Amino acid sequence: MSSEVISELMREHIVKLVQSGRRGDGRGLEERRKLTIEKNYIETAEGSARVHLGNTDVLVGVKISQGEPYPDTPNSGVLTTSAELIPMASPTFESGPPRPEAIELARVVDRGIRETKTVDMAKLVITPGEKVWILFIDIHALDYDGNLFDAASYGTLAALSCAKLPGKVTGGEDRPLPVDHWPMSVTAAKIRDKIVFDPQLDEERIAGARLTVATDENGDIRAMQKGLSGSFSYDEVRYVISTARRLGNDAREIIRA
Amino acid sequence: MEDIEHFEKEIQLVDANGRRRDGRALDELRPIKIEAGVLKRADGSAYVEWGGNRVLAAVYGPREAHPRHLQDPSRALVQCRYNMAPFSVSDRKRPGPDRRSVEISKVTSEAFANVVFTEQFPRTSVDIFIEVLQADAGTRCAGITAAAVALADAGIPMRDLIASCASGKIAGRIALDLDKEEDNFGDADCPMAIVPRTGEIVLLQMDGHLTEDEFDQAMKLSMGAARRIYELQKDALRRRYAVTALDEDPSGPEVSA
Repeated sequence: MSSEVISELMREHIVKLVQSGRRGDGRGLEERRKLTIEKNYIETAEGSARVHLGNTDVLVGVKISQGEPYPDTPNSGVLTTSAELIPMASPTFESGPPRPEAIELARVVDRGIRETKTVDMAKLVITPGEKVWILFIDIHALDYDGNLFDAASYGTLAALSCAKLPGKVTGGEDRPLPVDHWPMSVTAAKIRDKIVFDPQLDEERIAGARLTVATDENGDIRAMQKGLSGSFSYDEVRYVISTARRLGNDAREIIRA
Repeated sequence: MEDIEHFEKEIQLVDANGRRRDGRALDELRPIKIEAGVLKRADGSAYVEWGGNRVLAAVYGPREAHPRHLQDPSRALVQCRYNMAPFSVSDRKRPGPDRRSVEISKVTSEAFANVVFTEQFPRTSVDIFIEVLQADAGTRCAGITAAAVALADAGIPMRDLIASCASGKIAGRIALDLDKEEDNFGDADCPMAIVPRTGEIVLLQMDGHLTEDEFDQAMKLSMGAARRIYELQKDALRRRYAVTALDEDPSGPEVSA
């Protein structure tokens, strides 16, 4: 994702700004870009949401069907998350089978919801060992201006929160998908020795290290992922966690609304 | 399975008054909305809502053609990628290209190669990305209509836009712009695309069963509709590039639609 060239001038400019506690788009270092959520954006999906995080634009769709559970988890529904970094979203994305970036994105989002038990998989069993609900989460990046992790995770949560278990399959009414927990992902990027939150594309491209932290409504940590080749000190990690909790609470209110 | 269900109900595609299930007359288009310049990253983009279809198109280029062995020393390549989001249809579509989308991508590329002044940009590629977010039959026509606007939005030199529309046969009658049910249970579908200024046909496909007479009727309907769609396309571009009073206001440099 960071294969795009960035000019030395731009690099120096961003570093200088960050050193003095400012950013290219006027935000503070701990400030998130504007987050807007449109739930139920797609009528052919059982749940969906379009998320704008600044200029980053992600569409998440949830398809729900019935099928057989995995043999090793007969008493659990099935959840599958995939992400497509389609070439529409950025000149650096190419068509073809998912690249490591797309797979990492899908897995980090998947882990966030799976580990939190956002959707209680035991509630998705229809007949144990035979028939369960199957959830497909598809993350479709439309416009890439940095921080797909957070945009995708907000979109996924928003899409799940408005998803319906389709009645037409069972012959009953549509039922809301039970969503029990709200893990919020917040990503920080380290530029030289400074940390910025919700990095936009230019910041992401020059960042040495990245850290994504998902915290739940109790403030507990539910998933983490460090990326890129740089490093964080222990104090920096703690700083990122406490800031992620605060920013996560704020984002949660927007998504639950 | 779905088909059997519908046949049992014996759906009536056209009623005694010549009205269709959604109330349209046989020669009536579904509502169409076109917006130009909807994505930040792409060089040009457009969004089309056409009945229940929601389609985005983005254009990148002219840029270096990849893979390089495809480069043409005398002209630009026009490469289109038509893709359906997994949640765009009622049964989740597996991500990635299938035979249908490869074919649509090919005929769309060929249609646009006809109008783009490719000889002006040797060795480069003009890349068109069509993403179907929500499908309701006629997605290739909606995609081509969007892509033409996106090409213009990207400033690609062209002889003209391309406008596209389909006609088909339902309940024994020729009808314009079939929706999903009409397409599934109708007798024929015939998508086409024209260069509106000259009336040249740059895309034509047909499946099903039509007499020569019926084909003439269908083409007449589509030709007329394509010219109306052409006006909507130009209108979207005018709105995007309208010169407003804001231009003279030093505090508002952005041109709003």
